[in-house]
Amino acid sequence: MRDPDTDRVLPLSTFVLALSLSVVPLPGVVATFRPDWVPLIMIYWVVMTPERFGLFTAMWLGLAADTLSGSLLGQHALAMLVVGYLCLRFHLRIRVFPVWQMCMSVLFMLAIYEFVLFWIDGVAGRTVPYVERWAPVITGVLLWPLILGILDRIRQDNKARV
Amino acid sequence: MNVPGGIDGGRAAVPLGLRFLLLVVFSLSLMFVDNRADHLSRLRQIFSVAVYPIQIAVSLPFKAWQMASISLSDQVSLLNENAQLRSEQLNYNVRLQRMAALEAENTRLRAMLDSSPRVADRILVAEILAVDLDPYRQRFSINRGLGDGVYVGQALLDANGIAGQIAGVDTFTSEAILISDADHAVPVSVNRNGLRTIAVGTGDSRRLILPYLTNSADIETGDLLVSSGLGGVFPSGYPVGQVVEVRRQPGQLFAEVVAEPAAELDRDREVLLVWTAEDIKQSAETTVLTEVEQ
Repeated sequence: MRDPDTDRVLPLSTFVLALSLSVVPLPGVVATFRPDWVPLIMIYWVVMTPERFGLFTAMWLGLAADTLSGSLLGQHALAMLVVGYLCLRFHLRIRVFPVWQMCMSVLFMLAIYEFVLFWIDGVAGRTVPYVERWAPVITGVLLWPLILGILDRIRQDNKARV
Repeated sequence: MNVPGGIDGGRAAVPLGLRFLLLVVFSLSLMFVDNRADHLSRLRQIFSVAVYPIQIAVSLPFKAWQMASISLSDQVSLLNENAQLRSEQLNYNVRLQRMAALEAENTRLRAMLDSSPRVADRILVAEILAVDLDPYRQRFSINRGLGDGVYVGQALLDANGIAGQIAGVDTFTSEAILISDADHAVPVSVNRNGLRTIAVGTGDSRRLILPYLTNSADIETGDLLVSSGLGGVFPSGYPVGQVVEVRRQPGQLFAEVVAEPAAELDRDREVLLVWTAEDIKQSAETTVLTEVEQ
């Protein structure tokens, strides 16, 4: 029997899935709207189980995203750290929010995530992209209820099986 | 990697804010070093080995789809394709025969002029991994890495012309930057009259701009741009693009010239890695320096 509090399979597989989804090739227009899978999944795990996943998880995931996307080493890591910190700081509040309010906090965190990436691109002298940069924030928020529903359900199943 | 062991839970001795600050400083310094120098390439290689399975897994379905579409295509279309390829090959063979004679002549002439003979380039086919990098930058990964002798700054061609160059090398893969990336520029010359200039990417894979041509420059729509070989990165004489628009405004110093890349940057599946002879590269580098000074 797997204990849901120490089960590593589900979180690890969602992390790997999120990293894969973040590099799956999509046709041009759709790629602009590719949600930020990695921070979304990270937000879920940190908010729900802050005693297991925290800043180190955020940083490792960020470094993996950096390597995959070929960006500056540490760029995604920094953005993930900021989001992870906010999650840890406010997880008690976010957890009891109704879904729409949760969506608002996710919107806020994804916007900060994109802003950090955008800012570093600018400082490092890389070509700064345009308004479309904010599209993933919108799709990410729209996906949040879905992620929340699915993962909560799987975890409940896990718990029931104990 | 992602150790879910709870090292960073709520019970740690170091307060959350401090841990956060330390990690932020850590990632900032990583970025600083990565941006300024090349010391982190080892670290990057180690990470890239760790994420390699993900890259492979992501590109697998696309490969499977290609395989399936080949094995399921009917005989007639295969025969047609075969016939077409045969005729193409015949065509190329005829051209090659002429090429051999020309090459011999060229070597002889160069020997007479006392200049170094041009050594044939070595070429390796690399497959583009179906992996999307940052959508705002014109980059992709290929399945050749350190083991294949790929180096940073190496030229990439496709069947129609120059595609880009290698920007980073990992153990099994490399990152390529396309000529259409907004951070990239190719030294070119106009094939018609040898006019030298620089083609700069725009971020749009069907558009290059030539910002350094004066209003009086002899350039017109339809001109073929070939790589000039200056700068030492790209071998000279390969097509880069075709001029599609020339706008001269009387008040401006420079003309607005737009070119379309010859390489099919958005449709390629395979690219060719080119090794040029080292001595050619060196002499070209010194040339470009003097060119730029002027």
